[in-house]
Amino acid sequence: MRRFPPALLLFPIPALALYGVFFVLPAVQGLQYAVTDWDGFSPSYSTVGLDNFTTLATGDDLFRHAVTNNLKFLLTVVLGQTALALLLAVLLVSRTRATGLLRGLFFLPTVLSSVSVAFVWRFVYDPTFGLANTLLDAVGLDRFRSVYLGDEGAAIFCVAAAQIWFHAGQMMIIYLAGIQQIPPELYEAARTDGATTWQQFRYVTWPMVAPATALVVAYTTIQSFKAFDLILGLGGNPPRPALDILSTRIYTTFANSQLGYAAAESVVFMLLIALVTVTQNRLARRTSGGS
Amino acid sequence: MRRAVLAVYALLIVVPLLVVVGGSLKTTQQLFDAPFGLPTSPTLDNYATVLGRGDLLRVLGNSALVVGVSVPVTLVLASLTAYAATRIPGWPGHVLFGVFAAGLAVPAQAMMIPQYVQFDRLGLRDSLVGLMLVNIVVTLPVAVFILTGFLRTLPRELYEAAGLDGAGPWTTYRRIAVPLSAPSLAATAIFLVVMHWNDLLYPLLFIDDPAKRTLPLALLDFQGEYLTDYPLLFTGVVVASLPMVLAYAFLQRHFVAGITAGAVKG
Repeated sequence: MRRFPPALLLFPIPALALYGVFFVLPAVQGLQYAVTDWDGFSPSYSTVGLDNFTTLATGDDLFRHAVTNNLKFLLTVVLGQTALALLLAVLLVSRTRATGLLRGLFFLPTVLSSVSVAFVWRFVYDPTFGLANTLLDAVGLDRFRSVYLGDEGAAIFCVAAAQIWFHAGQMMIIYLAGIQQIPPELYEAARTDGATTWQQFRYVTWPMVAPATALVVAYTTIQSFKAFDLILGLGGNPPRPALDILSTRIYTTFANSQLGYAAAESVVFMLLIALVTVTQNRLARRTSGGS
Repeated sequence: MRRAVLAVYALLIVVPLLVVVGGSLKTTQQLFDAPFGLPTSPTLDNYATVLGRGDLLRVLGNSALVVGVSVPVTLVLASLTAYAATRIPGWPGHVLFGVFAAGLAVPAQAMMIPQYVQFDRLGLRDSLVGLMLVNIVVTLPVAVFILTGFLRTLPRELYEAAGLDGAGPWTTYRRIAVPLSAPSLAATAIFLVVMHWNDLLYPLLFIDDPAKRTLPLALLDFQGEYLTDYPLLFTGVVVASLPMVLAYAFLQRHFVAGITAGAVKG
């Protein structure tokens, strides 16, 4: 091994100390709490083994609801946001004044806070005075009027739409970076062979942006698991079961003085994220290996 | 076709935002009568109400203080770590990087329960110092990740030339690594500022004292107070978002680079 100045070893110490004490240590403690029935304030509690996990797996409708909602939300946002981001990127790839302005505009929601975005969309979805229903009335499509967030089945998809509005512009930027790296010769060759616009997209752009797609999907997945602020802003605190996702479920359990149980939910939450991420990586590898 | 799609999406972004800004200048009745209409007789009453609340300046100040301390501290700690991770040869450097990179896979929501207990026991809950501390800790992984990614692109010869001139690692860090990584430091800074300014999770979890609330938490409380008084809620949205939107207007390129830096591998 090459020699290096020993003083370098001092550089990461402050960061490692804080990270060790306030990140790694609580992560380990979280595992310990997960096998207890601690309420969060009593001086004593008992170890209940895997009881919390058994209850989670078999007898907790609220938790099961949150898992289902979270997966619906995740799938809708990943598919919808990725497709929209790619479409916008393809349409805005040329560099003109207009495309520059539109890129800036589409990215704008990203700098707002989730609570602000939630308030904007609460008004969009307001069943009586909201923008969506007012618009439907105005164009004579009032038979499509809806109560949106009040509709038990549709509520989580309404939040998904708000999430896509919030972050599609950010993902568009990642796609733009990917598209700009495609050598122009590929398109010239495709055009020489008489490829249509769709074929150029299908056989040049789409395979060439595969790395960007992997990145967008991975990032959107994590973002969708974290959509805590948006749910609380749109659904209230605590949110109704129809709007509950895993992160809000953990928070509500904890707020109801079931700290041990909430810690167990956090462990399942982590495992689920790991499972989804590993599955995505497998799929991404198989897809890129196959093409 | 292309223009139609772009125009529709542009309207989808612009219209709700204009309704919010316009709505903040209307009475509830005016908003409900014509949500899309321009404010015909604009009123500043909502702003008077929101700005007249004794707590607004305090809440703004809290947010500014928390962001103003957490971000620079995170940057210093992370850049020192990133520098060490790139300069320490062989596996120790990789392990150092890996330890922080692993933290990227752990969402804050999975950590919040044990962190709550820990900060409570140490008397750091319900305090702005505690909030700064937790901000720093949860963003160290992403900051180390971005900065290490950048420093790895710098040619080793730069450091070796400095070493021949007798410069120690501290001098090399200050004179070479920091100035050269200014763009990625700026990008990381913007990413962190936006993230902390808008964060709701930790303030909601940690802060009980109304005098210690940050903007998103105060805004969420608005919802309970004003219920469906949309003009007041919208005024809150405008006031809370204005600093970031203005900064974005002037530093657009840096914002885009910074907020995407968190997502793109360095």
